[in-house]
Amino acid sequence: MKKIIIVLLLLFLIVISAVSLLTTESYDESAQMKLKEKYEVKYTSSVDHTKFSILQRKFTDPRDVTEACISCHTGRAQEVMQSNHWNWEREEYVEGKGIVYLGKKNALNNYCIGSEGNEKSCAKCHVGFGMTDKMFSFTDPKNIDCLVCHDNTETYVKASEMGGAPEMSLDFTNIAQHVGKPKRSNCGVCHFLGGGGNNVKHGDLEIAMFEPTRDIDVHMGIEGVNMQCVACHTSEKHVMLGKVYSLSSMNRNRSTCEQCHTNTPHSDEIINEHGEKVACQSCHIPIYAKVNATKTHWDWSTAGKLKNGEPYEVDDPDGNHTYLSIKGSFKWGKKIQPEYIWFNGTANHYLLGDVINDTSKPVKLNALNGSYKDRNSKITPVKIHRGIQPFDPLNKMLIQPKLFADNVGEGAFWKDFDWYRAAEVGMKEVKLPFSGKISFIRTEMYWPVNHMVSSKDQTVGCTECHTRENSRIAGLTDFYMPGRDYSPVVEFAGNALIVLSLLGVFVHGGIRFFSRKKKND
Amino acid sequence: MKRKIYIYKSFERFWHWFQAILIFMLIFTGFEIHGSYSFFGYKNAVSYHNIAAYSFIVLIVFAIFWHFSTGEWKQYLPSYKNIKAQLDYYLIGIFKNAPHPTKKTVLSKLNPLQKLVYFGLKILVIPVMVISGLLYMFYRYPQNGAIKGLTIESLEVIAVVHTIGAFLLVAFLITHLYLITTGETATSNLKAMITGYEELEDEKNKEEKEEIKK
Repeated sequence: MKKIIIVLLLLFLIVISAVSLLTTESYDESAQMKLKEKYEVKYTSSVDHTKFSILQRKFTDPRDVTEACISCHTGRAQEVMQSNHWNWEREEYVEGKGIVYLGKKNALNNYCIGSEGNEKSCAKCHVGFGMTDKMFSFTDPKNIDCLVCHDNTETYVKASEMGGAPEMSLDFTNIAQHVGKPKRSNCGVCHFLGGGGNNVKHGDLEIAMFEPTRDIDVHMGIEGVNMQCVACHTSEKHVMLGKVYSLSSMNRNRSTCEQCHTNTPHSDEIINEHGEKVACQSCHIPIYAKVNATKTHWDWSTAGKLKNGEPYEVDDPDGNHTYLSIKGSFKWGKKIQPEYIWFNGTANHYLLGDVINDTSKPVKLNALNGSYKDRNSKITPVKIHRGIQPFDPLNKMLIQPKLFADNVGEGAFWKDFDWYRAAEVGMKEVKLPFSGKISFIRTEMYWPVNHMVSSKDQTVGCTECHTRENSRIAGLTDFYMPGRDYSPVVEFAGNALIVLSLLGVFVHGGIRFFSRKKKND
Repeated sequence: MKRKIYIYKSFERFWHWFQAILIFMLIFTGFEIHGSYSFFGYKNAVSYHNIAAYSFIVLIVFAIFWHFSTGEWKQYLPSYKNIKAQLDYYLIGIFKNAPHPTKKTVLSKLNPLQKLVYFGLKILVIPVMVISGLLYMFYRYPQNGAIKGLTIESLEVIAVVHTIGAFLLVAFLITHLYLITTGETATSNLKAMITGYEELEDEKNKEEKEEIKK
């Protein structure tokens, strides 16, 4: 018998070690170090642009710089002119809509609503010059603004409301001689300030990301690996990897964590398995808008109030606008916990002219598709921007108002503060009917949160989701999750069974105890 | 005449106590995973639960081999004889210091109620727990998972079945811990399961006992 016990004990040990071996993925611990080394190598340009004779002249017109660029970098202009940075649209397949050319021309948002008719102002973030109206030539390579992305002096600035032209006082010669790979400052000037202010749109992309600490973003932290945007958002023929889902619909060309970290980056196999259904970002970005607030609500219905006939603004103590006569009321949030949704990489979009039949729920301007049952879906963190925006209740369409104009009387809301005129002119410009009635409707926009990745020790813990109270994913109810879910019937019956068992034991034991005592007495 | 009889063999005792520890660990970590409380921390609870589960399966394999090779499995075949007498004993007789209605012998260690309950555990509860537990463990988000032939739409059924079994085991554990005090003395059953020896009526004095009964 002793032999059996010894054999059993040995076997038990073997099983335990086998289990621990099985549960540990043969993960190369040095993978992380190799990545760090790879991205810590400073990039040096193979040429020195200050030496090129073509750049030794005095540039006064940015178009001349572009001409100089493309005289050597042949073929690049055509690449840029096929990119969405230039076209502001992508060819996308949208379920239920078929192939659409989706972009700022036909998609609406719940910030400044749409770019149509407002090109002159919006073009500050177009990689081109001269977009003063709809007549902009998308085929003239001299309209390309190479410098906005490739300036490495950090002095290039586009002028406001000039159709994409830069400030004319800039030293274009110096800038042209110091060009290179885009830096965080090049990308950030548009992507951090979209929507008319810092961090208005994304929440995870803001001016603190120009020179972030490691606490803000573990990859881009200047005291860490100090990665640039283009380290992950690599490009092939001027087509960048990664895109935002406010203006794209298909599961392609995404910039992912896995492209560097692989599908099995953890030593714990159970954590790796989470990757089947949970996006990396869900655990590794516990909060966003870490430094400055991001806009969470925009209510257009209150816009247009004037004081003494003049527009005014109200700010919160941090300096964020909470009311602007031209735009309405806002709510902001800082250090926000993301909301979580199922997302399979495809999206649907509200396009100009789409009819809204169900007005009881908020309209999802860019509904992100996905569900538990969908094999491609993962739980993904999002910022949901909630808006209240003008709506034509008879035609059941969102209204594209005319917002910006040079002069009073052209119908622009920002000059005239007249919703009726702004809607009338705006809808006419996009060739859509306007009934003359304006109401306001609730809308939602979904922004996947991908940046501001926290360090390992800040990662979302198991019980922030696997818990009955206040689970981060309490809103995702289409599946059973251990620790959060239970059958109320089984729970009640089970607890009752335990209580009854205990009760039985105590009653029975009590009677035994006293009856024995009696006898002994 | 009473004699000290070797009733629980060493493997049997080893099996019993190892199983006791494992079931306790499984219950304790299992209800943490269930969300009832937190003690070890969720991640630790999961890994302890899995290790205990694998160990339990190994133990079960050995126990099954032992039961069949020794013929001990026959002890667990339920018999309906004397069930009423045993119930009467627990509900009435025990308070009057009446004798146990069934004799404990080497060949018949279990009273009819024990037979019924242990049989239920072995045939129903434990297999259901092992199978639902393995499904739980290998439920690798099925469509993408390791076991492609095993398409499970949802964890819910598995988890709920596993939870029902867990509650039954807790209830069993409570009752079992109490009923071991109902031997000849409050501790005689416990001592027997530790040492293997218990003072039992000698089989040879059967006739003598019969007379006492009369």
